[in-house]
Amino acid sequence: MTATTAPADAPKVRTPAQIRRAKVLSIVYFVLAGITLFAFGFGGEGSATFVLSRPQDAIQVGDITVPVAGLAFIVAAILAFLGAREWMRGFGSRTNLVLAIGIGLFALSFLAWAASGASFSLVGILQETMKRAVPITFGAISGILCERTGIINIGIEGMLLGGAFTGAIVGSTMGAVAGMIGAALVGGLLALVLAVLTVKFTVDQIIAGVVINIFVLGMTSFYTSQILVENPQLNNAPIMQAIAIPLLSDIPLIGPVLFDQNIFVYAMYVVVAVTTFGLYQTRWGLRTRAVGEKPRAADTVGINVYRMKYLNVILGGLVAGFGGAYFTIGSVGRFDENMTAGRGFIGLAAMIFGRWHPVGALAAALVFGFADSLQVKLGILNTPIPSEFLGMAPYAVTIFVVAGLVGRSRPPSDYKPYVKE
Amino acid sequence: MIDDSDQNQNPESDPVARYEEERSDSSLLTDMTGAGRVDWRNNILIPLLAILSALIVGAIIIAFSDVDTLRLWGSDPGEALSVTATTIKDAYVALFEGAFGGIGPISETLTRAAPLILAGLAVAIGFQAGLFNIGANGQALIGGMFALVVGFQFSLPVFIHIPLIIIAGLIGGAIWGGIPGYLRAKTGAHEVITTIMLNFIALRLVDWLLTQSFFQLEGRSDPVSKSVMDSARYTKLLDWLNPRYRVHLGFIVAILAATFVWWLLYRSTIGFEFRTVGANPDGARYAGMNVVFLIVAVMAVAGSMAGLAGVDLVSGTLGRATPGFIGMIGFDAIALALLGRSHPFGVVAAGILFGALAAGGQNMQVSTNVGIDIVQVIQALIIVFIAAPALVKAVYRVRGETRGIEVSSGWAT
Repeated sequence: MTATTAPADAPKVRTPAQIRRAKVLSIVYFVLAGITLFAFGFGGEGSATFVLSRPQDAIQVGDITVPVAGLAFIVAAILAFLGAREWMRGFGSRTNLVLAIGIGLFALSFLAWAASGASFSLVGILQETMKRAVPITFGAISGILCERTGIINIGIEGMLLGGAFTGAIVGSTMGAVAGMIGAALVGGLLALVLAVLTVKFTVDQIIAGVVINIFVLGMTSFYTSQILVENPQLNNAPIMQAIAIPLLSDIPLIGPVLFDQNIFVYAMYVVVAVTTFGLYQTRWGLRTRAVGEKPRAADTVGINVYRMKYLNVILGGLVAGFGGAYFTIGSVGRFDENMTAGRGFIGLAAMIFGRWHPVGALAAALVFGFADSLQVKLGILNTPIPSEFLGMAPYAVTIFVVAGLVGRSRPPSDYKPYVKE
Repeated sequence: MIDDSDQNQNPESDPVARYEEERSDSSLLTDMTGAGRVDWRNNILIPLLAILSALIVGAIIIAFSDVDTLRLWGSDPGEALSVTATTIKDAYVALFEGAFGGIGPISETLTRAAPLILAGLAVAIGFQAGLFNIGANGQALIGGMFALVVGFQFSLPVFIHIPLIIIAGLIGGAIWGGIPGYLRAKTGAHEVITTIMLNFIALRLVDWLLTQSFFQLEGRSDPVSKSVMDSARYTKLLDWLNPRYRVHLGFIVAILAATFVWWLLYRSTIGFEFRTVGANPDGARYAGMNVVFLIVAVMAVAGSMAGLAGVDLVSGTLGRATPGFIGMIGFDAIALALLGRSHPFGVVAAGILFGALAAGGQNMQVSTNVGIDIVQVIQALIIVFIAAPALVKAVYRVRGETRGIEVSSGWAT
């Protein structure tokens, strides 16, 4: 722990592994700088206009026009500086934060290049980013709850999908609120299966999770073709509309992005805040972390290890199931086969990127949400990049994050099945 | 920091003893050398009971799949019971007849089995080396696209063209499998996440390639590739009996591949090293093996087998590529590898069973009103019961030692 808790600017010795990873990361910065310089700097011309307000907003902010090439040169210089500093000294505990800023600058330069000669709604893409981050955040929080207690949850994808399916059916028949509750309950039920398999039967955690994914995919596809196709009224859930929070939603740019969203986005804020508080400020959180880090010690002081594992995995399932309802009730209102398309796994990557911390996971989910919204929002612009490649962005970013950072962040548990003596 | 003094009594003092002990602990996969004693309880009885249990639970799920019958339970339970029983019986009879009821269905079963066996080998090789390869789908797509290019671009004699298309598929799959292997070995990125992400990337890459004029069939606006030349098509085996029997050379390729994998794993030095890395990476390192190279090699070999599954579809069953032509085969392969206990010949047997489920499921979908997706559910249930032998033991009161399967624990660093 010493390496991460020491002040970032204090001179300290890095381990060979840290140095190697720092070099990998700094190469990434240089590659990004190179792309920015040559593709967006020399390859970009004219200027791009970013629109910061929507027509219906109370306070209008003027559009910002930036020269594409100029912005690219500045961003490339900053990225090169970050790369050089990462190579020589590293950023210590701020590595991920700095990386996020670097990626953000790169994304800005990319957007300017893609929108050159046209105007592009920055509000629109940021709103979309928040929405797309919702299922990823819920998946990541679910992963944190399970992993903090020593169980890997690869089944998040299945829990999201199960939640989406239940949300569509229950939402169509009994209303949106019932749909959300039902979705959470189905997620919790799947988590109970995961807990029984892994805790009681000591099934390999990754196999158990994959089984849940395949099972839910098969079940939902079966019942979709068997029931929903013939009964479309069962697959027509009400869609949650955006609720503008008075005053806050009037703040320029921030208001529409953060405070004029539907209930799922607000629920995301609440879940992140409650999980953070719970994990670090309550007895439950302390016990959860103790069970994950050192089950035998936790057992010795009288914590019921099995009960904590069951409790937290089921809580994680409830969170993932609720997040799954976003796909139907929170977004399009109807269920389609395999509509989660890997978001559960991206949630796991967000959890790792966010170092198993809820706020970190939210920040990571926003990075993925942004990559995810590119395909939708850049499709309108006439970019030379095919939409299939924009669609690859969230998956490529996930690989990059997992490969670049997993060694830097240490998991909070050892994930071995606990057998009481 | 977690210290693992609980787990290791004397880690440094006697690494060899610890290695031997851990090896015998996870000897599930290593003792099945094909030549050795067959552990009938773990390798025959439990899988059979797992299949039986899955079919029973599948029947329950079918019973809940018809809204009208469910309403009938309220008014006339006796009638509802008989309707439900008939539905389940008809479904399973159609399933069986579509799979084994004559030469045509058997040909269809073997046609479906070939890519499943190859993808199953891709997963099984990973399991043997302690890696969980969920990326068979992406590897098969890329392998198939490599084969496709060789298939439509060159005109060659059959005896050169078919080996060439197979090699192209092997290379494509090996590249797409080698990437997550390299990332795992060098950066510790878990292969479960990277292979799944590469699946999605491969899917979109194929979508894009199929809209490019080099690949796209002339005069078509939808994403369909050019057809593979006749000289590169897998020969149909039963063409002389009936041209509608689709079974082709791909099934023989799959059997040969399984035999090769058996030889590789159990009769070659590198295969021994693969299994050692899987059983005990530390032991492998102590013994002076190059673990980084081995992990990349395992994933590349696994990927090349999945690549052959792509070739099977492109050059055999389909004759061209369409978006996502591999379907769900890469995921069925996971269930299949577990059912076959990660042994190449177990995979062949399980592959034929799953081929039968696929062929029979098609027949069931056409002749009864039970959808083919139930097959997916049955397959998932099979893995649940296989992965948790304690569950099957408890239900059927099987005595004696049973073992589950372990692939990996934790996020590797």
